[in-house]
Amino acid sequence: MDVKAISPDQIVIWQSGGISLNATILYTWLVMALLILISWLVTRRLSSDVRISRWQNVLEIIVKGMQDQIKDISQQETKAYLPFVGTLFLFIALSNLLSIVPGYIPPTASLSTTAALAICVFVAVPLYGILQSGVAGYFKQYIKPTVFMLPFNVMGELSRTLALAVRLFGNIMSGAKIGAILLAIAPLFFPIIMHALGLLTGLIQAYIFAVLAMVYIASATRASQQRQEKQQQEQDRKEMIQNG
Amino acid sequence: MDSISLIGMASVFTAGITIAIGSLGPALGEGRAVAQALGAIAQQPDETNNITRTLFVGLAMIESTAIYCFVVSMILLFANPFWDYVLSKAGG
Repeated sequence: MDVKAISPDQIVIWQSGGISLNATILYTWLVMALLILISWLVTRRLSSDVRISRWQNVLEIIVKGMQDQIKDISQQETKAYLPFVGTLFLFIALSNLLSIVPGYIPPTASLSTTAALAICVFVAVPLYGILQSGVAGYFKQYIKPTVFMLPFNVMGELSRTLALAVRLFGNIMSGAKIGAILLAIAPLFFPIIMHALGLLTGLIQAYIFAVLAMVYIASATRASQQRQEKQQQEQDRKEMIQNG
Repeated sequence: MDSISLIGMASVFTAGITIAIGSLGPALGEGRAVAQALGAIAQQPDETNNITRTLFVGLAMIESTAIYCFVVSMILLFANPFWDYVLSKAGG
């Protein structure tokens, strides 16, 4: 990325009529194609034998790791959350890690991509909450502990979406930018070190994005679960008293 | 002083001040957080996984203030709307 360009949206690769293809869209497609290709190639020949192929081993480690993390955070069954949160993690991680390839610009260095991902989380949180506790049960959370908290709860919902988007964008964009600036003042060696550091920050940012998405979803679904457990305990106690 | 040089000067100066102050606070905060987490891990090595995960999420939260400052300073330097406006006025 150029020193002066603040986002890969400004780099137009192909233009025809009213349609233009910028670097963000192109590299997003590349990452999507890579993810689909790799998972298709690996899952084509899955075996439950004692000896498994090394690619299957890698995939199993990744999926199992994500499952364990989700289970740790949410204290619930992972089946509903793994597709969404796992896809977020894999997409962001791959698009950040590929920045080691020369000529590649990470699509997450554009505010459009990160805003789209954050809006996905913004929509998914109420969706999971409503699936878990119903429409009334979910929206009741907004007026807890009192009705006066309603504007603050709504504000919190919006501002954390903004924070998710700007955090990822700022981190990845600063990585690309530092590379470009160092290339101008101290070429040959220092840009490589900063790029290697960028791999670490990229992976951590992908992890943090997925964990935060999971924390938000868990906070929307856990309240109803705790209420159900409390009711269950209450009922058990009453039965115990009745039975003597 | 004409408005081009005034806006340029103010933008560059403010960008520097923004990133300087904006990185100072989060750096202190992150230092404290990491020190506390290391102390906690040293006392309870069994809880390392939990502490590390919470630490990372907390660090991301703290760091995002510095990232906001960075984005603002980048906008001031490379995508300044006032600068573009004045340039378009002067050019056209």
